[in-house]
Amino acid sequence: MEFFTYHDFTYYTKGAAYLLMAATLLGILGFWLFLTERDEDKLIK
Amino acid sequence: MSAQHAPVTTVATERPSLLTPFNIITGLIVLVGLILTVLRFTKGLAGVTNLSDNNAWGIWISFDLLCGVALAAGGYTTSAACYVFGMKRYHAAVRPAILTAFLGYALVVFALHYDVGRPWRLPYPIFYSPGPTSVLFEVGLCVFLYLIVLFLEWTPSALEWLRLKKWRNLMVRMTLALTIFGVVLSTMHQSSLGALFLIAPAKLHPLWYSSYLPVYFFISSIAAGLSMVIFEGTLSHRYLHHQMDEHYLSAHDQVALGFGRGAAIVLVVYFFLKLVGLALDNNWHYLLTGYGAMYLVELLGLVALPALLFAVGVREKNVKIIRWAAVLTVLGIVLNRFNVSWFAFNWHLPPAERYFPSWMEVAVSIYIVTVGLLVFRFIATRMPIFHEHPDFREPAEEEEEYPEHETRPHPPSFGH
Repeated sequence: MEFFTYHDFTYYTKGAAYLLMAATLLGILGFWLFLTERDEDKLIK
Repeated sequence: MSAQHAPVTTVATERPSLLTPFNIITGLIVLVGLILTVLRFTKGLAGVTNLSDNNAWGIWISFDLLCGVALAAGGYTTSAACYVFGMKRYHAAVRPAILTAFLGYALVVFALHYDVGRPWRLPYPIFYSPGPTSVLFEVGLCVFLYLIVLFLEWTPSALEWLRLKKWRNLMVRMTLALTIFGVVLSTMHQSSLGALFLIAPAKLHPLWYSSYLPVYFFISSIAAGLSMVIFEGTLSHRYLHHQMDEHYLSAHDQVALGFGRGAAIVLVVYFFLKLVGLALDNNWHYLLTGYGAMYLVELLGLVALPALLFAVGVREKNVKIIRWAAVLTVLGIVLNRFNVSWFAFNWHLPPAERYFPSWMEVAVSIYIVTVGLLVFRFIATRMPIFHEHPDFREPAEEEEEYPEHETRPHPPSFGH
């Protein structure tokens, strides 16, 4: 993708970064649930 | 002499042979290392290295310094977990981790002499002509101070060995202050080592160059430290098992599980931050190049895969998987530091001008690691590192965590 102005570049890259950050939050949450799913204190409950 | 005393006399006179395979191999490495040391300090860098004006930093910086500092991060991560965050169940891992970190940093400074030369001028940047505007000055100052901190944190083991109870108790009382100071210093210089490369955006490949390099170096050092404690614990368990007492042995698997959990989270955060870095610099198209393949090997094979393995190991309570994940993480950190400072550095130069270390540079690095191994073994087989000294045994600290009205949980059984 070509960019002709700095504004175009930051608009595109920051937009992609914000989407990735949302994916990051969901990804880390899912990973945390996967990691702690079999914790003993949870199994007792 | 009575027959009752005869076996004792026999045992006392029989000395184990010094010509063991370990002693022969390490002896040869040390001998070659000493010869190369003489060559380095009599013939200069050109006598033993392939360094040049284009490639001023070689394998001694990539491996001995950058990898050495990152892999010695187990000291601050373990002591912070135990003393700052109050996770006393990891107490058994503190002394081996501190010793590894202390020797790691001592060897970093030792190795730096080979690169810099003129050892008698080592104090100059700190005391005589400091350059406080330089990132390298901050790294030097932090390593200088942190080496002292690690030495002080290690001294209780030596003082127990020497039975100097008064001094030992004094040093033990300083533990929390030293730990906090150590964490602050580590945060500063682990990140600053990444910041060193911010000055060379045109030399470092865009896939590895990022304004977040200091953040990447710091976060990856935490994963490296946690993984090194697991990895080093595995090796010690195999080769120094006879030095370990019940306290250490019973905590061994618990440390692997706890640190594996921590490493999994840190690696996942690191993985996503690397992706965000790619997005902010719009470097996606480089992923389809040769350097991109190497980057993907590092990011997917040695960051994402070990994170997943750590998580599976923790879920299944399988320490064997966690140990393999720790090995992959350590390899990943080594590859990352090599990529940043060597493989992807000066990437635009023609192949003929690229750096490749001479055999003597590699041999010096092996020699330095061997010296560290020998000193570690010397200390670990004499001082209370993997066991508590009988004269300084303290009441079980776990009692504090599980008051009388609470039921102490049974240790889980680990399938491995």
